[in-house]
Amino acid sequence: MATAHAIPHPGIQEAHHEDVGFWRTYVFSTDHKIIGIQYAVTALFFLMFGFCLMLMMRWQIAHPGEPVPLVGWLLERVLHDSRGASLAAKGIITGDLYNTFGAMHGTIMVFMAIVPLAFAAFGNFVVPLQIGAPDMAFPRVNMASYQAYVVGGLIMFFSFFIPDGAAQAGWTSYSPLATAITTDGQTFWILGMVCLITSSLLGAVNFIATIIQLRAPGMTWMRLPFFVWAQFVTAFLLLLAFPPLEAAAVMQLMDKVAHTSFFLPTGLAVGGALANVSGGGSPLLWQHLFWFLGHPEVYVLILPAMGIVAEVIANNTRKPLWGYKSLVYSVLTIGFLSFIVWAHHMYLTGMGTRVATFFQTTTMIISIPSVIILTCLFLSLWGGSIRFNTPMLFVMAFLPMFGIGGLTGLPLGFNYSDLHLHDTYYVIAHFHYIVAPGTIFALFAGVYFWFPKITGRMMSEFWGKVHFWGSLIFMNLIFQPMFAQGMAGMLRRMADGGANYSQAKVPGLIGGLSDHFMDLHRYILYAAVGLGLAQIPFIINLFWSIKNGQKVTSDNPWNSTTLEWQAPTPPPHGNFAKVPQVYRGPYEYSVPGHATDFTPQNEPDQSVSAKR
Amino acid sequence: MSTEILPYIVQPRQDTGLYNAKVGIWLFLASEVMLFGALFSSYILLRVGSAEGYWPHGWLNIPVGTANTVVLITSSITTVMAWASCKMNQFGRFKFYHACTILLALTFVGIKSYEYHDKFTHYSIKLADGQIADGHLVEKSKDFNLSDPDLTKRTGEIVIGHAHEVNLAGKSGDELQKELKTIYDIRSPEGRHVHHGELKYKASEIASMETYGPWHNTYTAIYFTLTGLHALHVIAGAIVIGFLWSFGAKMWETDRERFTNRIEISGLFWHFVDLVWIFLFPVLYLL
Repeated sequence: MATAHAIPHPGIQEAHHEDVGFWRTYVFSTDHKIIGIQYAVTALFFLMFGFCLMLMMRWQIAHPGEPVPLVGWLLERVLHDSRGASLAAKGIITGDLYNTFGAMHGTIMVFMAIVPLAFAAFGNFVVPLQIGAPDMAFPRVNMASYQAYVVGGLIMFFSFFIPDGAAQAGWTSYSPLATAITTDGQTFWILGMVCLITSSLLGAVNFIATIIQLRAPGMTWMRLPFFVWAQFVTAFLLLLAFPPLEAAAVMQLMDKVAHTSFFLPTGLAVGGALANVSGGGSPLLWQHLFWFLGHPEVYVLILPAMGIVAEVIANNTRKPLWGYKSLVYSVLTIGFLSFIVWAHHMYLTGMGTRVATFFQTTTMIISIPSVIILTCLFLSLWGGSIRFNTPMLFVMAFLPMFGIGGLTGLPLGFNYSDLHLHDTYYVIAHFHYIVAPGTIFALFAGVYFWFPKITGRMMSEFWGKVHFWGSLIFMNLIFQPMFAQGMAGMLRRMADGGANYSQAKVPGLIGGLSDHFMDLHRYILYAAVGLGLAQIPFIINLFWSIKNGQKVTSDNPWNSTTLEWQAPTPPPHGNFAKVPQVYRGPYEYSVPGHATDFTPQNEPDQSVSAKR
Repeated sequence: MSTEILPYIVQPRQDTGLYNAKVGIWLFLASEVMLFGALFSSYILLRVGSAEGYWPHGWLNIPVGTANTVVLITSSITTVMAWASCKMNQFGRFKFYHACTILLALTFVGIKSYEYHDKFTHYSIKLADGQIADGHLVEKSKDFNLSDPDLTKRTGEIVIGHAHEVNLAGKSGDELQKELKTIYDIRSPEGRHVHHGELKYKASEIASMETYGPWHNTYTAIYFTLTGLHALHVIAGAIVIGFLWSFGAKMWETDRERFTNRIEISGLFWHFVDLVWIFLFPVLYLL
């Protein structure tokens, strides 16, 4: 960054410094660190945008049919249907608009916020540094990958403003619904997805090639930091799981624009009349192809987060990770198994009990390596003298939050209990516990942790802690009640939050939602607003600290062992003054007999013994 | 450029035995396998799920498809020869072989467009009396118009050649299957012995009509999607090889080894594209 100060390292800056001008440095950069920052900034923007969509939806659920406060007038003015009428007349969110917000909240959060932030942003900045590489293996492909992401993001963003608005068929875009909705939003969604998939594929190829080819001398596979392993497996998931969704997107696009019937069955009726389609297609086929990506995608969301958690834990407990090899083999096992669990999202499709039994079994098996990873991370805390800085607080919260998310997934993995819970708020609560206080907390930890390497300054600890406690409390207030609502039978995706099925509206309705569960909507709304307010210290802290944060006094302010902290701050083009030689594993903390409580990976044996 | 600071661009890394781009292209091809794999799986699922007698056989011209297969296989040979020529330091031979590759790629796309054109002029016409007429367009009158929902107000006429009429209405069982074969299995005895001729229809007799485009049925949908996506790969490969053959060939003067690597990488992609066709040909033309 232009404002960052550099810790003097004689000879390096001159060696690689090349003045290529503003555009080549910050916009069309091929440097992995700049691209990582570009990804992070763009993804954080989408994260906030997706959160705002959610706030408006929570308002609509808690107060169905009432104008949205503060931004209602804006919605009314910018969102129009094909006849020119507003989609949000008087600032009230209609059912169609609610569907749009729901579909786009999911799409944006998964494909445009979390994956780019967890995989592309942190991966780009940290992975080459951690393996001691000068850059990614294919710098220009790296730039193309970011550009494809931006194009996909822009297509998605601007699809809100086309007549009739963006896609409405959920982030899963099930056919025939997605095809039968006559608006153009779905076509934009598919085109946007094709760009985002292309971006992910280019990124995945680049990450794997970089990790295979550009490890520094001595950086053997079992000396890789766990974060690199997590990114390595994630890249394989993206590489192999995304193309089937691309194939599905091509077929849905053909259904939409060339009037084929890949996913449209014979005898399909739309709006009470027989649809004019050739038929013969299979709606189940879409679901299989979607979830073939969709489930590995869950691990794409969580594995990089686990990698960050492992790095922060080892650094702040000042001791080696407990069971490094178990962690590595578990993450590889998860990577493999994640390809054969997808149909547990489809128990209610009528695909048959034998198929369901198979996927139920594999789903239970995949929980084993997940539990091993979480157990290793918990055990790593044991006996450590823990430093409770902001990154560590987020990571400490990640462990139980991810635990809740994971354990509440088991009843969804068994098909008999899933019959009741399927498509309810219980599901929403379950996967948000994985991704929101799980992955996003780990990502916050990563931001606070690597910020000094990126800028040469620390973020404020005080405001970091305010951010942490606010986020932790409000996250739980939002998602805990949803478990109860879901078990009471409240379905997701209802624009009125289930008011039409409430006992208040239909007195005496058997199984109707009681006031008790309906009232929770209001408290969840308050908590969501609170969560939004809790992010303000983070946003200010992030930007304020770039120029005004406390300057770091060394390249390695956290006293860490991994290679990124041995590079200059901020790392120059080409990263290292000379190619680092790696002598040891990634987590040699508090080794008995060593002078310091950390021994960097590139510290030669002689110098360690000399210090004794 | 930032690429200059990277190791293993030209020379392989010792422990992996590969240079960077080779790792990259194999990973990329793995994702391509998943892309086409998903489409082939969809083909299998849709075909297995189709109603009896409705899956088409013999709708594509086997001699033409065979010719195109030969064209692509030959282009694979010239691609290998082009790379070998680079390795043997014979730039002139490289130029010759890759010129052949590019011409063969263009031939393939040309033949494919001829086949596409054939499908877009092949009509299936639902007549008002419930019969189906099937044949290739000979001519349409200038005022031919089906847009009026009232049949009697439709104007003009159409002539189709190599055509025949089928009546499926009220038929079931073996009788229906026999009748279906005249359209869907035109290599069967029933299909071959149908009398074909030139037929003429007034627009007022026609309930609806469509060409054999992707919208016609699941088979044409998968045919156009798979071959279309494959053709895009052929065109993309031809563009890359065309660039390396023309402007990109300047690198031969500055960095021969790296240029030869580029020819190898683009060649690997080209072989993959050929391999996809080796699967497409039997699946769509023969089975």
